[in-house]
Amino acid sequence: MSGAPAGGAPDEEEATGAFRRSRGRVSARFTAAQAVILRNLVSQVAELMGTAADPGAADPGAADPAAAGSPAGQGRAGPGEPGLSLEELAAAIGATGPTSPPEDPVLARLLPDAYREDPEAAGEFRRYTEQGLRSGKVAAAQTVLDTLPAGGGRVRLGPEDAQAWLRSLNDVRLAIGTVLGITEDYEDEMEAASWADPRSAYLEVYHWLGYVQDSLVRALW
Amino acid sequence: MSVAPAEVEREEAGLDAVPDTPWVTIVWNDPINLMSYVTYVFQRVFGYARPKAEKLMLDVHHRGKAVVSNGTREAMEKDAEILHGYGLWATVSHDR
Repeated sequence: MSGAPAGGAPDEEEATGAFRRSRGRVSARFTAAQAVILRNLVSQVAELMGTAADPGAADPGAADPAAAGSPAGQGRAGPGEPGLSLEELAAAIGATGPTSPPEDPVLARLLPDAYREDPEAAGEFRRYTEQGLRSGKVAAAQTVLDTLPAGGGRVRLGPEDAQAWLRSLNDVRLAIGTVLGITEDYEDEMEAASWADPRSAYLEVYHWLGYVQDSLVRALW
Repeated sequence: MSVAPAEVEREEAGLDAVPDTPWVTIVWNDPINLMSYVTYVFQRVFGYARPKAEKLMLDVHHRGKAVVSNGTREAMEKDAEILHGYGLWATVSHDR
């Protein structure tokens, strides 16, 4: 596991991407550049996870700006409604799900085996759970896309949307971290990496995502 | 592997009254998940108090894995499924 990433500005001014709690909600401000990066990464995970995403997921510009700017969960359908239908869909087709783990290491990390030494049991578990797991990750990604204004700005999240953000941020970190081959000493590698290293920009983004996620956990505690 | 504190407490409290339920859910260490996040997930999923969740998280971190729940096979598969939803690396096992 990894400790809390240091980052952001000193406390007197609100750092962008740092969640805080106020009046039963958590909120953070994102710059336009941060919003573009985050939406892009979240969309990629949603695409990777399945085809069940709302059409808005593939096109950040298609997200409803009114919903993005309003308190989460109030300017659109309740968070339970789209999630429920995805779950029903997953339940309906889960019986024909795959039984072998994905070969792609990112997919294998996001959709892990539940049995270490029993491939048959792992396959059975996967058959009944993988589609639901994928749908849940797509739904969480969709919540981020619905609540993060494409041009940046303030994100305000109620309890359910905050959970979706937590899971979606984690999925993105798992995906990038797996591609980068992150170790627990990655911060040392990040400092040692030269700017010419093609990994260095991704390491910076990975580090920043950890900072955002950690701030969200602490705002929710 | 060693028995996690949570399991000991559950057994001592007599909550694990059914004799034939030696199934466990194990969470494995990985270098990506944040320590704060893993603690938070244990609190949220299992309803553990923060000190207990933190202790479990540290067991995962330092020992490479920890038993986070025990019960019937079906219940453990449900726990693993929920933990996978949070991106934790969880497996079900028949270990003691």
